[in-house]
Amino acid sequence: MTGVAVVGAAETTQLGKIPDLSQIQLHADAALNAMADAGLSAKDIDGIATAGSRPTDLAHYLGITPTWVDGTAVGGCSFMLHVRHAVAALTTGQCSTVLITHGESGRSGVGREGFARAPASLSGQFEMPFGPMGPPTLFTLPVLRYMKDYAMSHEQLAMVAVVQRQWASMNPRASFQDPITVDDVLASKMIAYPFHLLECCLVTDGGGALILTRAERANDFPQPPVYIRGTGESVETPMVSQMQDLTSSRAFAVAGPAAMTDAKINHDDVDHLMVYDAFAHLPIYGLEDLGFCKRGEAPDFIWEQNTAPGGSLPMNTNGGGLSYMHSGMYGMYAMQESVRQVRGTAAAQVDNVNISLCLGVGGMFGAAGCVVFAREPS
Amino acid sequence: MTESLRPLPVPTPETKHFWDGTRAGELRLQQCNDCQHVYFPPRPFCPECSSRNVQVVVASGRATLESYVISHRPHKAFTGPYAIALVALEEGPRMMSNIVGCEQTPEALQLDMPLQVTFEDTGADIHLPLFTPVGASL
Repeated sequence: MTGVAVVGAAETTQLGKIPDLSQIQLHADAALNAMADAGLSAKDIDGIATAGSRPTDLAHYLGITPTWVDGTAVGGCSFMLHVRHAVAALTTGQCSTVLITHGESGRSGVGREGFARAPASLSGQFEMPFGPMGPPTLFTLPVLRYMKDYAMSHEQLAMVAVVQRQWASMNPRASFQDPITVDDVLASKMIAYPFHLLECCLVTDGGGALILTRAERANDFPQPPVYIRGTGESVETPMVSQMQDLTSSRAFAVAGPAAMTDAKINHDDVDHLMVYDAFAHLPIYGLEDLGFCKRGEAPDFIWEQNTAPGGSLPMNTNGGGLSYMHSGMYGMYAMQESVRQVRGTAAAQVDNVNISLCLGVGGMFGAAGCVVFAREPS
Repeated sequence: MTESLRPLPVPTPETKHFWDGTRAGELRLQQCNDCQHVYFPPRPFCPECSSRNVQVVVASGRATLESYVISHRPHKAFTGPYAIALVALEEGPRMMSNIVGCEQTPEALQLDMPLQVTFEDTGADIHLPLFTPVGASL
């Protein structure tokens, strides 16, 4: 146990295409919804963390006077790292109530800051000249190596998207809900061989927010508390070309086991799993780097419907970045689904979720954050 | 000549030897004099043992194709689908590059095929290290 619980959690009122809200208002919309969920207002918040925008901007915009601030920004898993840092801050008394916000106008681009890489940075010098056009051509680079080393087929990669659409078909808030087949995936437009359109994440607008406090206060709020049982974090490299091993994420392999050790759980204890899926290979790497599957066995594990509705290890039950939503920094939505599953309020609710493990990625296998959520404090 | 439409690197003091090398037709790596580790991208210390006692070494230019994607997204510097490749240098380090003198298809681009470095003059005082299949004529 960490001694900390989630007492407020919410996404933006709308998800998808939200051209009438700028990025900072997406943060604020989610934050206000999370405060309402917890029965709090900005004056009750004394710790703030965010990424993608500056915590200074958010604190001022929302009217918060914080005694603790975290602007850790390592990509889409930054919010998992904020949870971990908030645990440390709350348990050492640096603050009493932490708000973590995410908002991103990923599709509409209203008030969004750019992601250009400086031409004198290492990736500007040693990657950009060779033609990468954003994450679809960078995050995807390691997978042919995985396919050859572990004999993964194109059909197996496609099945990741098929299974996640099964979950999305049960979720009215998912961007794409119509069931798809492996053939549909392989017939969709080629984006960056071997990745087809349906193996790449959505690009949408949205936001989410969490409110955390110490566990001894957690029963004083309207919602059943969701306890933070353990956390882990790591970073590896800002350049996908410099990953230690193209078939494994070192950051996953550090952050995931660290969170499980912190939580004192083993794999059998995990009832529900979220693995940040910016592209279809991410859940495969996640399952193996977390130790749920041996190296090379995750494609078969998914193919055999183990992570699908009714399977032994329900994964990405909101439909994931491939079908639910993906604003650019998806980690917050993965945690929102973990919280909903533990509360018992998810659209595609899994029976009896006591423990949900949530693994996020940042950059192109550049960083990782992992949080273990639980219904019981220990 | 016309200047390349690629986003070109801006060398820093720590990477100047690399870009001076490509201009001179050499692929320059660095090696630690204490632990012998050969590494890339450039920095004036060893990422394996933190020693500052390092030297520049010239690579053989031999490599193999470790992984790639064939991007179908439009790019001002490329015509049609083009491969973005990860090549494993004979000395150990991996680098991103393009494969030239070769069809940009999964059939032509076989993993682990042997490659040789070649240098492209961008017309902007930068020569980029690209790779070509061994035996291909440019």
